[in-house]
Formats: sequence, structure tokens, C-alpha cells
Amino acid sequence: MSEVAKSEAAFSKRRVKLISNPLNDDNPVTIQVLGICSALAVTVQLKPTFIMAVAVTFVIVFSNLIYSIIRNAVPGRIRIIVQLAVIATFVILVDQVLKAYAYEMSKQLSVFIGLIITNCIVMGRLEAFAGSNKPYDSVLDGVGSGLGYSWIILAVAVGRELFGSGSLFGFKVFEAIFNPINSALGTEWAYTNNGLMVNPIGAFMLLGIIIWVQRTKSGYVEE
Amino acid sequence: MQRSNGYIIGFAAILTIVCGGLLAFANQGLKDSQDKAKQLDTRKQILSAVTSVEGIDINKVYSERVTPYVVDASGERDKYKDIDAEGVNTKKEYKKSEVSEKRFPVFEYKGENGELESYIIPVFGKGLWDDVWGYIALEKDMNTIKGVSFGHKGETPGLGARITEPEVQARFIGKKINDGGVMFIKGEGVPANITSADHQVDGLSGATMTTKGVNKMLDSYFGHYQAYFDKKR
Repeated sequence: MSEVAKSEAAFSKRRVKLISNPLNDDNPVTIQVLGICSALAVTVQLKPTFIMAVAVTFVIVFSNLIYSIIRNAVPGRIRIIVQLAVIATFVILVDQVLKAYAYEMSKQLSVFIGLIITNCIVMGRLEAFAGSNKPYDSVLDGVGSGLGYSWIILAVAVGRELFGSGSLFGFKVFEAIFNPINSALGTEWAYTNNGLMVNPIGAFMLLGIIIWVQRTKSGYVEE
Repeated sequence: MQRSNGYIIGFAAILTIVCGGLLAFANQGLKDSQDKAKQLDTRKQILSAVTSVEGIDINKVYSERVTPYVVDASGERDKYKDIDAEGVNTKKEYKKSEVSEKRFPVFEYKGENGELESYIIPVFGKGLWDDVWGYIALEKDMNTIKGVSFGHKGETPGLGARITEPEVQARFIGKKINDGGVMFIKGEGVPANITSADHQVDGLSGATMTTKGVNKMLDSYFGHYQAYFDKKR
């Protein structure tokens, strides 16, 4: 690391950009439109979404790191297979750990943890970045992409759980708001859950709205 | 830079060994915790058929209150003394073609005063999309349902998946399984032998196929346990 420090600060402008770009201007989900399948599938509730976000970030960061370290030894003709092997190893590790220490979550997320292997974001970063950059930069790039994916699916999950089940992380938000008002005023206000949000269609709509708002602000146009 | 075929094969082989070794190592290291987590989950499902599992020490309650054993479809129990009832995989048993080959666990549940309170039996079947399963707790009379807990692998959220909701499961409480069994019914097409409300459970609209699967599952498993219950009575 000392060599790196001499040539370039650990958080130089360029490196901060590696993390901040995927959060907004180059977001893997909303700009590159990758990883949509899991963004639709796991976002019904916040808790599994959170676990999924952590899992994907972990996999991207460590796959990026390992692949970047071995990048000069990898034969070009089988590099995609090597990438898959590295990613699959980390995904299975995550799956095993969840099965051991968060069985309930592992049951809920079921196949979607395994499907991180096919998440285009992960392989995309390995092929596009880690294969031609130094390990430390690759880790930063992984952190950026992972967080970029995470905040989008968490935002979608907040909308879906709040309007679909009336709760956040299982905490009944609307009941907590309305119950004191009802008992004080004698009214019977309540929130009726919106079934649309529980369906994948709800995720499509929320994702569409996020993309719309983001592109209006940034002025990004598809070429 | 073009590398030789030998290098590529060597690289692939080493990569495979390293990745494979790492995963085998992780699997061995985590196996104990995984088995424990799975067992805890099964026990939770069993107990949730009779009682609320919120905030209780599941393993403690289970080991103090539950006596598991195994029977077969002819009501034989003594032959299977050595089989660990908890280890019986209901799905595997379900798939066996011969009924006489299948083993059926029974979980006797004792109340707080140590008196036998309930018989809990596992059930397994097919819903609309995939497996459905559950645990049915019967009162001491082996006829009245004390509680149920259902699970499913892939029923439609908001429709068939509602069988896991407490409100739906509460509809089974107090129903009688003898003389016709218990089934979800819809407005039309109530079978002639299911006339009494004791055997009818209010169905789920939009989930006809799932409820049919549950009905079939309950019917077959109540049949399988019938011989043992008859003997016991």
C-alpha cells in the first residue's frame, strides 16, 4: 500500500469518483439497467432486501479484489469462465453462511442468493473494470457498484413495504400513526394495503419513477 | 498475449481445486450451525401449530414438552422405536410410492402441567405451483383441530400464499377431522358428505388451486394417521 500512497492518495479525486459515480451518474440499476431481476424479486420487504444488498455488495467487492489480483495470470480465452468461478465461489459462501446464521432469511431469499451469480452487475464489473485495474481501485469500484445497487433496491423496498404492507422493517407505520389519533378523536382511520405493491408490477412502477426523477435531474439521455 | 493450451488447462485445474477446496472447507465448518438452524426452524413450525412462538426459547420448550415418535399407515408404532422422528423428512416420505413404506412422525405435546395436550402431525402435498406443507395439532380426542401452521414454497403472494396467514389458519381451529375430514370450501361445489360446518373451512377467493391442494393433502394425511388414532382410542 505504501507504494500506492506515494504515487496517489488513498482517496484521491479519481478514486472517490470510482465510488460516487455508480451511486448516481452511472448507477448500475437505473442508468445501465442491470440487475433488474433481483430488484423486482426481493424488494417486497425491507429486511430481505437489506440482506440481499449486503450479499451483493460483499460478492462484488471480493470478486473484484480476487479477480484483479489474478488478472495478469488469467488466460484471455477462458477469462469469462474464471470470472464465473470466482463469483460463484463467493455466492455459495454467502449462501452457506446465511443458511447457518440467518436461516429464516435464507428461506425467504431462497434462489435469489444463488442467482447473484448471474447478476449482470457483478460480472460486468469484473470484465469491465477489475480485469484491467489494480486491486485497490477494483475494491473501490466494487464498493461503489454495490452501494449503487443497494440504495436503489432499498428505495424500492421502502416504497413497496410501506404501501404494500403498511410497515417498515416489520414495524407497522400506519397503525402507529393512526392509533393515537383514532383514540384521541374517536375516528377510525386506517391504511388499506395496496396489493399492487406486493406484486412485481409495483417494483416496476417504483423503479420507473426513480429512473424518471433521476434522469430529469441529471439530463441523461439514452443514445 | 496468447498462452499455451497447457497453461490454460493447468490454470483451470488449479482454480477448480482452490475454489472447490475453499467451499468444501466452508461447508464442513458451517455444517453444525446449518443443521441446528434447520432443526430450530422445524421445531418452530411444530410448536407454532399449538402455541404462539413469539419470544419463547424454542429448543427449551420443545425438549421439555414434545415427545416425538414414528408410526406407519397400519398404526404400528413399536417397530419404529429406533427412528428419530425429527429426522424423518416428510417430503421424502411423501414421494415414496408405497403407503406401507412411508413413515409418519407424531409429536405429542404436553401442556404446562405436564399433561398430554395435543398430537401434532406433519402434512405434505402440492399446491398450485410447488410444495405446500404444514403441521396439524389435534386435541386429545384426536378429532378436533387445535391449531395448524402451513408453509409453502411458491404459492402466489396475496392469493394462495395466504394459507400462511394467522387469520386463515385460525379458521381451522375447532373443526373435526373424523367423518369427512376438513376442507376449504367455496360457495359452490360443496361435496355431499361435508354438510356440517364442523368440517368446512371458509375458502380463499382467487386461490382455488392452492386450497384444492391443501384439501387433498389434509385428506390423504388424515387417512394415513387414521389407523394409529383408531388404535390409540
